[in-house]
Amino acid sequence: MSKHQPLLHITQRGAIKWYKALLIRVLAFAAALAVCGLLCAMVTWEGGSATAGMTLPERFVAFLRDLCNAIGRIAQVVFNASFKSDRVVWKTMHSTAILLLLSLAVTPAFRMRFWNIGAEGQALMGCLASATCMILLRGSGMPDWLTILVIFLASILAGMIWAVIPAVFKATTRTNETLFTLMMNYIATQLVAFFCVVWENPKGSGQIGVINQSGEFKHFGWLPSISEIFPGVAPSFKGNNYLLNIVIVAVVCVILFFYLSRSKHGFELSVVGRSENTARYLGVKVRWITIRTMMLSGALCGLAGMLLTAGNDHTLNPTLVGGRGFTAVMVSWLAGFNPFVMVFMSFLLSFLSNGASDLATNFGLNASYSDILTGIIIFFIIGSEFFIRYRVHTRSSAESGQEVV
Amino acid sequence: MSETIPAVSLRGITKTFGPVKANDHVDLDVYRGEILALLGENGSGKTTLMNMLSGIYFPDEGTIAIDGRPVVIDSPHTAMQLGIGMIHQHFKLVDVFTAAENVALGMPGKLDLKETARRIREICAQYGFDVDPNQKVYEMSVSEKQTVEIVKVLYRGADILILDEPTAVLTPQEAQKLFNVLHAMRCDGKAIVIITHKMHEVLAISDRVAVLRKGSYVGETRTSQTSVSDMTTRMVGHSVKLDIERKKPKNPEPRIEVSHLSVRSAEGVLKLNDVSFTANSGEILGIAGIAGSGQKELLEAIAGLQRVESGSITYCSPSGAREELIGKSPLEISRLGVGLSFVPEDRLGMGLVGSMSVTDNMMLRTYRSGHTAFTRRRQPRDIAKHVVDDLQVATPSLRTQVQQLSGGNVQKVLVGREITSAPTVLLTAYAVRGLDINSSYVIYDLLNRQKESGVAVIYVGEDLDVLIQLADRILVLCGGEVSGIVKGTKAKKKELGLMMTHVGGERI
Repeated sequence: MSKHQPLLHITQRGAIKWYKALLIRVLAFAAALAVCGLLCAMVTWEGGSATAGMTLPERFVAFLRDLCNAIGRIAQVVFNASFKSDRVVWKTMHSTAILLLLSLAVTPAFRMRFWNIGAEGQALMGCLASATCMILLRGSGMPDWLTILVIFLASILAGMIWAVIPAVFKATTRTNETLFTLMMNYIATQLVAFFCVVWENPKGSGQIGVINQSGEFKHFGWLPSISEIFPGVAPSFKGNNYLLNIVIVAVVCVILFFYLSRSKHGFELSVVGRSENTARYLGVKVRWITIRTMMLSGALCGLAGMLLTAGNDHTLNPTLVGGRGFTAVMVSWLAGFNPFVMVFMSFLLSFLSNGASDLATNFGLNASYSDILTGIIIFFIIGSEFFIRYRVHTRSSAESGQEVV
Repeated sequence: MSETIPAVSLRGITKTFGPVKANDHVDLDVYRGEILALLGENGSGKTTLMNMLSGIYFPDEGTIAIDGRPVVIDSPHTAMQLGIGMIHQHFKLVDVFTAAENVALGMPGKLDLKETARRIREICAQYGFDVDPNQKVYEMSVSEKQTVEIVKVLYRGADILILDEPTAVLTPQEAQKLFNVLHAMRCDGKAIVIITHKMHEVLAISDRVAVLRKGSYVGETRTSQTSVSDMTTRMVGHSVKLDIERKKPKNPEPRIEVSHLSVRSAEGVLKLNDVSFTANSGEILGIAGIAGSGQKELLEAIAGLQRVESGSITYCSPSGAREELIGKSPLEISRLGVGLSFVPEDRLGMGLVGSMSVTDNMMLRTYRSGHTAFTRRRQPRDIAKHVVDDLQVATPSLRTQVQQLSGGNVQKVLVGREITSAPTVLLTAYAVRGLDINSSYVIYDLLNRQKESGVAVIYVGEDLDVLIQLADRILVLCGGEVSGIVKGTKAKKKELGLMMTHVGGERI
């Protein structure tokens, strides 16, 4: 056609074959790594090898070799960040598990098209509830099993309350849930900051150290480690402190998969999400389901908070969840709200953020550098979804009738 | 007319959406001083083709020439500059603005509403419109809004007009008025394309007919040399029986008794005012009325979806028991055997979930069965299979998302599901809205089969010709009141049209 034809011409794809979609995703990820690798190579460039007296092609080969070495070094660092030792592998699996649990937590709400971006705050409230129990109940003479049960219920309830408030407002007055849940995060952060001062230890530090680390109430309210549950396991087992959390998350993952895809509740909530009018027409109680689903979402966030405070970190501070409540939103989306795909996505994001932060420290870069790398990778991953949904034709390809991408 | 240069000449136009070829090498000419009717079944690509002419889509292949000069239409703005104006099915007007403000909106230069109003009056006088430039759009009737849309494109200097199903929302009288205007514009030398499903309109106003089938151009004829059955055969590809058989109702007995029903909308507007009628078993009760006269509220009230201000709705079961429906939840009402297949304007908005599969949409009705917390999948799959086979739903598989099916098949899925639950009362609204002729007749047949098996069918319809042929009795609503109930065998279209605009039908 004439030269007035638009340069890029975008058309919608029909159903795409799964392997084609996978290929696009893999390519996008590879491209992201290539860009990050080049960026890192530029930033960490240690000067090329001596090139005096070389011809131009030789210099070029030398440059390529240097570049490969640089990228190799970077890949080494990134890989080591997650797999360097048994302990590190367990740590990676644990951070994957926590991210996965938060992702699972937001998913029922997302399936209902309820954009809960308050997982951060809901989890933090779970942390606060756990810490409160650990501090206030010590010395009450409660048996361990009862303490754990109380901590469990309190954390879940705290997360649930934080999630149900916006849900009730959404159900009754149609408030925007995105803003509401977001704002609830800040309240949770400030509440935690407040209690950190109230229970500061040592006095004057404004921080809570490890709760019940030693002394009379040693390990009061801590979730048991594997060697405590199974006396046959040696305390030197590297996964001793992580395995319980990982198992709990795995169980939740399987249960949630069946809840979402096979149960009546799961079916109802996706009908409410996809067409509220249809749901009402079928006699589904839309308000109640909105609230019920957010209760579940909040409860799972609260559970994540408990696993953090009572299970692993044994402390409380406003950055304990560390933005994972927001990363979870992305994991859930990228996995297409499928719990099993989320396992892979949370591992991927944990792996990348480990790698990025180690890169930053190893090469003496600012900590923000790791955020830049994660940002680049996420940009590519999300961008690939566009190419899965649409097809891009360029002017020249339209003339020859071929497709690009 | 073959010697003159066509105003619009499309050659080899192709447009694909994913795997679907919406238009496949379509050639079409439109001449000045004529009205061209563009015909085709749903999904045959009529609207897509016209959207490319008006700059909304860009063709994948092919050329467009205006007055013999090749052009590239890459935006609605370019289309407007070329004198192409399209009046869409859904109006694009700002409700709180006046007619003049809407017309002036987006025009370059200084805003001079007085001048705009003057020119609007000029245009109205020229073609015989009736628009008050200073009236706000929200105070206008549907037909007035449509007039504003037409004035808007004329004001912008359009001399090639495309109208996408303009009469779907009009009463017969209003449609006649529109036709008069179109005639005036044709005499003025404008080129007009009209997309419609109503055959008698095609015969009444068009000069030439062009037919699309499954995205391909089938051919064209002069309107004077064709007939309804000939056009239908071309559209569908095989001949279609165009009669609706109306059997006498077998022992009708009251099923739903509505008395003195009044309904107010959430905004406090009286939507139904003292409505009383009885729907009998084995009978189709047609409900006619201009869009928004309370049809939706009436059906929703019966189905328990609408809050009722006063009055009563009584369900008389075949066993003779009487139950008051007001105050019951939608679930309780559907368990009594009242099935609602309401097809709203966006078709998928109520009753179906577009992004779910055919099977899951069947499960919407059955998922509560069983005592476990889990859903049963066998039963809905069987129902889906049954509906698809029985009603010849064209779907690649039972796992296909409903929104990927064409309009007619979506409607078959919805009506089919409601029928499988073996209702004693079947409420349908706009069951054939936007459906092509072939699918429409499948649905009519389906309703007739329900009637014969003793179901009380309440059918809210738009096409008066069909209502007269199909319904045993026709209830006419006008502004939320019952304007009258007429026997189907005795109903006259003109009389119904008058009843739709004036309660009782007397002309002022």
